[in-house]
Amino acid sequence: MNDPPHGPLPKEAPLRVADHPFFQGLDSQLIQEAARLARERRFDTGEMIVRDGDPAASFYLVYHGKVALEVASAEKPHLTIQTVGPGEVLGWSWLVPPYLWRLDARALKPTQVLAIDGKAFREALAAHPEQGYQFLVRLLPIIAQRLENTQIQLLDIHGL
Amino acid sequence: MASELHPPHPLPAPHPLAPAPYVVRSQTAETGDTTTLVLSPADGGPVHPALPGQFNMVYVFGVGEAAISLSGDPSDATAVVHTVRNAGRITAAIAQTPPGQTVGVRGPYGRGWPVDQATGRDIVLMAGGLGLPPLRPVLYELLSHREQYGRIEVIYGARTPKDLVYYGQIQQWRQRPNLRFQVTVDAADRDWYGDVGLVTARIPDTRFEAGNAIAFLCGPEIMMKYAARDLEARGIPRASIWLSMERNMKCAVGVCGHCQFGPEFVCRDGPVFRYDVIRDWLATREL
Repeated sequence: MNDPPHGPLPKEAPLRVADHPFFQGLDSQLIQEAARLARERRFDTGEMIVRDGDPAASFYLVYHGKVALEVASAEKPHLTIQTVGPGEVLGWSWLVPPYLWRLDARALKPTQVLAIDGKAFREALAAHPEQGYQFLVRLLPIIAQRLENTQIQLLDIHGL
Repeated sequence: MASELHPPHPLPAPHPLAPAPYVVRSQTAETGDTTTLVLSPADGGPVHPALPGQFNMVYVFGVGEAAISLSGDPSDATAVVHTVRNAGRITAAIAQTPPGQTVGVRGPYGRGWPVDQATGRDIVLMAGGLGLPPLRPVLYELLSHREQYGRIEVIYGARTPKDLVYYGQIQQWRQRPNLRFQVTVDAADRDWYGDVGLVTARIPDTRFEAGNAIAFLCGPEIMMKYAARDLEARGIPRASIWLSMERNMKCAVGVCGHCQFGPEFVCRDGPVFRYDVIRDWLATREL
């Protein structure tokens, strides 16, 4: 369960936005635009993907590996509050002013993602409101689920 | 000495509420506040047969007794196993009873998990915190007749990695090819490479044939409420979802009323209930 980091990432065909579960079923033009703005990135175990307070420049689609979302306090400098894995997305700070990351993200294993240019994609969504709405309808349940998870965590269920 | 005026009086049958003496055979610290005790009858006899999901009343003489779930292998006729969290005066006394000392045990009580209904089906076991011990006998039972069941998916969550019980055994279970055992914690430091997030967040990644699956849930009520909702959303019928409830049990035989839950007594009618039977009570505040 506390598995040590795995070996190198598999050598596979280039990652495609259309293959990621988040984009499946969305408008093909939206997918094409996202693909145009995406570039593949790889992170080694322990490598920081984003840092709290830095500009939120990308929307990350995770394909391989595992990412720890961390918050910091004086007592706990690196508290992981969630992990994100293949098929999941990382972050919406690129969509919300002032476009700064609100947490740290660190690779727990060798991790492979597509990073979509946040500013350009935001502009593309604004320029095509119907696609933008479709995108937000896809993203909103993820935000709502994480909010609900946070509410349950606040109840400190295991401490009752 | 008996006389004609006072013939020998037969010994009374043991009172149903009288505890039997059991000797603590071993004591294993699971976490900072949780201990597993192995107990055997002081007279050397066999233990009372128990079903997975039932509980005993464990009595520390001079202190009091508490309801503790059976958490050992149900096929073991020589000992009972209880995993106890130090959550108060009585459970602290139970957890701290050293090997060689005697405690009182009465039981087993209650209705357990309907393992017989799992034959031929996919099975989802979900445990939060100290909800794993009452489900462990189910897992022993399933794995001892592994060929009779479909997929077995276990999701276990705890507050932090330090709060995980049966750590070594879970690592062994995770090596089995015919069992999927997911572990997650609510929060962790950088020494933890496993999953972080609520147990409910693992449900989308859990594999089962919804129309032919059965789910057993045990843990904090709020966790079971959301987990049952999400499993139902994945297609498991309410009548195939079972929950183990916890209330303050005193008599354990449905007389005193301490454990009343809606129209049910948890000690007598439960602790394992079908979701469709208690769903409305779960939604009732301050019940």
